[in-house]
Amino acid sequence: MRIRFRLDGQSVEVDVKHTETLLRVLKDRLGVGSVHFGCGEGSCGACIVLIDGRPRYSCLTLAGYVDGKEVSTVAALARDGELTEIQKAFVENNAAQCGYCTPGMILIVRALLEKNPSPSDEELFDALAGNLCRCTGYVPIINAIRSVIKR
Amino acid sequence: MAKLRGRGIAAICYPTGMNLGGDPSQTVIIAQPDGTFVVNVASVELGQGLRTVLAQIAAEAIGASIEDIEVRFGDTQLAPHDTGTFASRTTHRMGNAIIKAGQEVRQILLDVASKILEVSPQDLEIRNGKIWVRGVPDKFISVREVASQAQFVYNIPVVGKGHYVKPKSIVDPETGESDPHSTMAHGCVVADVEVDTETGEVTVLRLFTVYEVGRAVNPKLVEGQIIGGAVMGLGAALRETVYPRYPQIIHQTTSFREYVLPTAGDVPKIIYKIVESPTPTGPYGAKGVGEMVANGIAPAIVNAVYDAIGVQITELPITPEKVLKALSEKGKSK
Ligand code: FES
Ligand code: FES
Repeated sequence: MRIRFRLDGQSVEVDVKHTETLLRVLKDRLGVGSVHFGCGEGSCGACIVLIDGRPRYSCLTLAGYVDGKEVSTVAALARDGELTEIQKAFVENNAAQCGYCTPGMILIVRALLEKNPSPSDEELFDALAGNLCRCTGYVPIINAIRSVIKR
Repeated sequence: MAKLRGRGIAAICYPTGMNLGGDPSQTVIIAQPDGTFVVNVASVELGQGLRTVLAQIAAEAIGASIEDIEVRFGDTQLAPHDTGTFASRTTHRMGNAIIKAGQEVRQILLDVASKILEVSPQDLEIRNGKIWVRGVPDKFISVREVASQAQFVYNIPVVGKGHYVKPKSIVDPETGESDPHSTMAHGCVVADVEVDTETGEVTVLRLFTVYEVGRAVNPKLVEGQIIGGAVMGLGAALRETVYPRYPQIIHQTTSFREYVLPTAGDVPKIIYKIVESPTPTGPYGAKGVGEMVANGIAPAIVNAVYDAIGVQITELPITPEKVLKALSEKGKSK
């Protein structure tokens, strides 16, 4: 089937199989580098994208579902090369090591803060419960997020 | 039924890299036409920060500014021999190789600058991307300019090569003595835990860690390794396993649903301290940090559990089932 959707503000059109996941289409067909395959079953958060502003596991989303919708990756966040506050905070706090989890982390935080600009620790940990990081031990990630919440 | 607290300690000595003569690193530094430098290494950046640390070491050894250094990784066809990124070795082994290569480059730059400035190379100083006649630091010429002129005006290739290997040490047949390691890093972990004797669940309340790392070439990155390693060790201690939790194979770990990593909310307070005691064999004194920061965590937690409930768990991870079983064998739980 042929689907049409907006990807980071640009319209794209692509032929997909009914069974194909959004993750595969983004990575293999559209060459999106920031969306990562971690587990393929909704357990790690590395593949998160925003669909109409809401965080979704692209590995569990059929590509056909985004027909007519708006899909955003981290690439949509920076404006004219200027990083957003949360991205800058990640850099300042050394919150990325290998970076595999980073795009998913940033998108989930963005979605959370849009809904709830000053989440409690519990709300924050709840939101991050589906995002695994093997490298940082989460502490710098939490510090980065807290620095943005305080501002 | 109670929540019992305990404290456990573990210490670690960690040898950097493989030893016994089989772990060489080699590198080539090549100046580019614009006077910047490319450091070719065959090991890889995994996120631990090698790109930064090796650039710092190269900049220091050459006298260049760090912005003018690019470290290129992983092309084993273009870079000379190296055994790879493992065993906490690359900062130490490759760092040493880069210092040698950088010193060759530095000497070439000083020779060329001495032609440009018409002074003897011995009278020149080079640091942070600038070269000047000793005593007159404000009349400098830039390293980039010199590296460029070397190639375009003086027809001199600006290339440095370096290598490092810990030579094999033969065991003395009389005394049994040998010198097997290039250097040893050290660490100590103290864990405070709470054990719920009803559910068997172990909660780590605090981790105190201290590591002797030789020289922290980049303290921020060492901190990243320490915290990341602590949480990895925590996962290994309490949850992560590829073996079945229960006797049947159908319970075997096949995904992150059963192989349970810690998530953001599971991280206890981690207090850390870096101690520096530069080693004569390391680049500017550095030792390997990467792995030992994960290794001491589980032993400290096991000891803390022992302190809390009086039973020694001998197999990781310390799952609630194991704690309850151990307690009932000891006749403590009701
Ligand atoms: S790849 Fe989608 S959650 Fe892991
Ligand atoms: S930075 Fe490597 S997984 Fe998070």
